[in-house]
Amino acid sequence: MSELQDSLVELIRRASAEIPSDVNDAIIQSLENEKKGTIAESALKIIERNIELAKRKSQPICQDTGSIIFYIECPVGYDQITFEETARKAVTLATKKGYLRQNSVDSISGKNDGTNVGPGAPIVHFHQHRSPELKVSLMLKGGGCENVGAQYSLPHEKLKAGRDLDGCRKVILDAVLQAQGKGCGPGILGVCIGGDRATGYEYSKQQFLRRIPDRNKMPELDELEQDILKTANELGIGPMGFGGKTTLLGVKICAANRLPASYFVSISYMCWAFRRQGFVLNGESAIERWLY
Amino acid sequence: MIHLTYPFTKDQVLALKVGDEVAISGIIFTGRDAVHKYLHDGGELPPGVNLKEGIIYHCGPVVLKDEQGNWKVTAAGPTTSIREEPYQGDVIKKFNLRGVIGKGGMGDRTSAACKEFGCVYLHSVGGAAQVLAECVKKVRNVYLLEEFGSPEAIWELEVENFPAFVTMDAHGNSLHKEVLSISSEQLAKHI
Ligand code: SF4
Repeated sequence: MSELQDSLVELIRRASAEIPSDVNDAIIQSLENEKKGTIAESALKIIERNIELAKRKSQPICQDTGSIIFYIECPVGYDQITFEETARKAVTLATKKGYLRQNSVDSISGKNDGTNVGPGAPIVHFHQHRSPELKVSLMLKGGGCENVGAQYSLPHEKLKAGRDLDGCRKVILDAVLQAQGKGCGPGILGVCIGGDRATGYEYSKQQFLRRIPDRNKMPELDELEQDILKTANELGIGPMGFGGKTTLLGVKICAANRLPASYFVSISYMCWAFRRQGFVLNGESAIERWLY
Repeated sequence: MIHLTYPFTKDQVLALKVGDEVAISGIIFTGRDAVHKYLHDGGELPPGVNLKEGIIYHCGPVVLKDEQGNWKVTAAGPTTSIREEPYQGDVIKKFNLRGVIGKGGMGDRTSAACKEFGCVYLHSVGGAAQVLAECVKKVRNVYLLEEFGSPEAIWELEVENFPAFVTMDAHGNSLHKEVLSISSEQLAKHI
């Protein structure tokens, strides 16, 4: 077994069992803000205890260990084929060890072979950079929250949403309303304005690589992020949709160029069990530092 | 916090209202998509499964066998309930269920059956796989394992102080409907 494979198995274990500190901080903050004695507060307390227990027992935070999505930044000339093969082996092994549930189903036959490996699983995105570093990030994204994601095409007549930032705001807030508590809120939104139907969702998910306190460098988008976060938390949906003050923990928005004829707003919802981790490798295979 | 202990009587259930926090102890049975479709389509309950005055839990637990050959639940969070909406009302009526545990809430047909037959919907915390697994003290039995596979089988679990929240009561009230209407009104003010 290669050292890279070992490192990837450890990455999966950590991602599955340990909530990143920025998410943990946001959950604790929301618990403090919530009205005492409400069921929203009780739900957040259970969430807090669950996070602590999963870490201590080194067990999955949530049993739906989700879609396994790798993002790799690699030096020019890096052997991507070998990496992908190693990643598939690491996923199979991590599943055997119980860090991942047997969670991948053949869409035609309905069979689950128990390995979590198959066409399109795991998902691996490569991106080259002019640095000798190998940076690997991993996100585990559950099904309940994926199901409440939405893509709007503007203009949207029913919501009176035009092709501008105000229109974007309307459809994003509509997505929050439609999701209610069904995505295991309090959640985090990743949004892409523009792109095509595929890249829109793709970039919306990549927004989850940003830390929760991170602010957008584009002033217009920063303003929109803050506004949506504030407004969503005034809707009273609350944790699990029980009513309450925290509906969202964060909002992350990016923009991509679009065709003159299209204007998509793609929204991904991440549940409170926000599992992401990553590392930078020193040389080819040993972990130099953790990213989150 | 209201303690509910198996068997769950009609009086106990009628006394519950939306917003109550409960701790469930005793026997509960898991059942999700395959089980609901099977029961709805006229399938017989396997001998040993008694849903009368019982609770069904929408959950596909992760269950492992230890060295002594005993089943052990390692993760036991709820799955999305609304998928059982076409079947639930019927199952409540046919088997005299007193409670359904799940997440995300259910629709009008289930709500009507809860009112008519004295049943409640109990929302457990989605994603809280570890906390909820700790409440499972014992796996008493498993049914239809061969037929449906592990997550879809009926697991008979003994739980202690399993936390859940009444979000649909036996009087026709639904927290989900309430929150949807309040949040829709709020949103209209902000747009
Ligand atoms: S939405 Fe997230 S927390 Fe809820 S069940 Fe799915 S993975 Fe778990």
